[in-house]
Amino acid sequence: MKYKDYYAILGVKKDAGADDIKAAYRRLARKYHPDVSKEKNAEEKFKEMGEAYETLKDPEKRAAYDQLGSHASGQEFRPPPDWGQQYAQGSGAFDDIDLSDLFAAFGQRQSRGAGREAGGPPPPMRGHDFEAGVGITFAQAFNGSEIQLQMNGLEWDEEGNGRRVPRTITVRIPRGVANGEKLRVPGKGGAGFRGGPAGDLYLDIEVADHPVFRVAGQDLYMDLPLTPWEAVLGTEVSLPTPAGTVSLKVPAGTRAGQKLRLGGRGMQRGSGTAGHLYAIARIEVPSVVDDAQRELYRKLAAASNFAPRGHLEQEAAL
Amino acid sequence: MNIVVEQALTVDEQGTISYSELVSASGVPEDALRELVRYGALAPLDPAAPAWTFNAHALMVARKVQRLRNDFELDTHAVAVVLSYLERIETLEAQLRELRARQG
Repeated sequence: MKYKDYYAILGVKKDAGADDIKAAYRRLARKYHPDVSKEKNAEEKFKEMGEAYETLKDPEKRAAYDQLGSHASGQEFRPPPDWGQQYAQGSGAFDDIDLSDLFAAFGQRQSRGAGREAGGPPPPMRGHDFEAGVGITFAQAFNGSEIQLQMNGLEWDEEGNGRRVPRTITVRIPRGVANGEKLRVPGKGGAGFRGGPAGDLYLDIEVADHPVFRVAGQDLYMDLPLTPWEAVLGTEVSLPTPAGTVSLKVPAGTRAGQKLRLGGRGMQRGSGTAGHLYAIARIEVPSVVDDAQRELYRKLAAASNFAPRGHLEQEAAL
Repeated sequence: MNIVVEQALTVDEQGTISYSELVSASGVPEDALRELVRYGALAPLDPAAPAWTFNAHALMVARKVQRLRNDFELDTHAVAVVLSYLERIETLEAQLRELRARQG
């Protein structure tokens, strides 16, 4: 088992009072809690802080933690010989768990003890929910996909001892999922105990950016580069969409930034709803023109009475 | 060997969720959930029904409630206030995503 320095994680001294520990935790939670923070790896960082606080805020757990002695962070260690009898009710298997599991088990036993004092047998307990981050490509999000997940979730035995159980699970991700969306796989979390139901598995979906298609809800956006004459005269272009190439009619007089809608060609959801694909007109200007072309532009300039700044003078007058 | 493929569900595929499933799947105590309904932070589809049913999205809200309760040690009223801020942030982020997607 690897040692974690809970005091260092919270940035407090080993003799810090309960108030100081609480304040340190609250200060860090404001910064790193995944529901309020946009810090990178906030979730991971917060997990460690939560674990440290859970242990240090409870006098009994803190005493047990202190009895483990001082080690360097990340150093392999074993609890002292009598530690198991005193705090872990003789559960001797410390190999396939980590420090957080040990103290989570401690909490389980505390709550079981409380249940017994209230009379009657301890109630059935639902298994833990598992959570896993899943990175997928845009194509996988658009079409749906099957992915394999390796999990190493904490499960409890009837005695309340936790252990890490490695599992491989194949999951079907439905089409049309969005970046940041959470999916639920019911009953695929940790096993329940004393007859309780299993927990659920939650997947945090992260969809990689696509070089052409940009996602907003169920709608997709892409750029449609046009030449100035295509924008003025109108044209028909062949446009790649996620579901294949389509022919798109660009009306005469298309302005830069104008949205051309391809209905129902956005993300499709399992529920049957489909978003739209919007092609945003971008009017591109050639950076190099030869003499003949320049002459044509001059002729156009001379012939045209188009005055795009005509309204500016009047409207900008203060 | 046959590989069992588990179906991951989006919130809109799950449709609705019963009150008892909401309690058990989120871990939020019943009295706190009832209080959140009273404050309007969670809305049953038919508040007058003898057994409440919620839109499945309520599960994601309730899980957030449980995190806020545990991790920030907030009371239920404070949780309801934080939820309304988080909801506003989500709406703004969705608008920002759309603007960015449009702009490229």
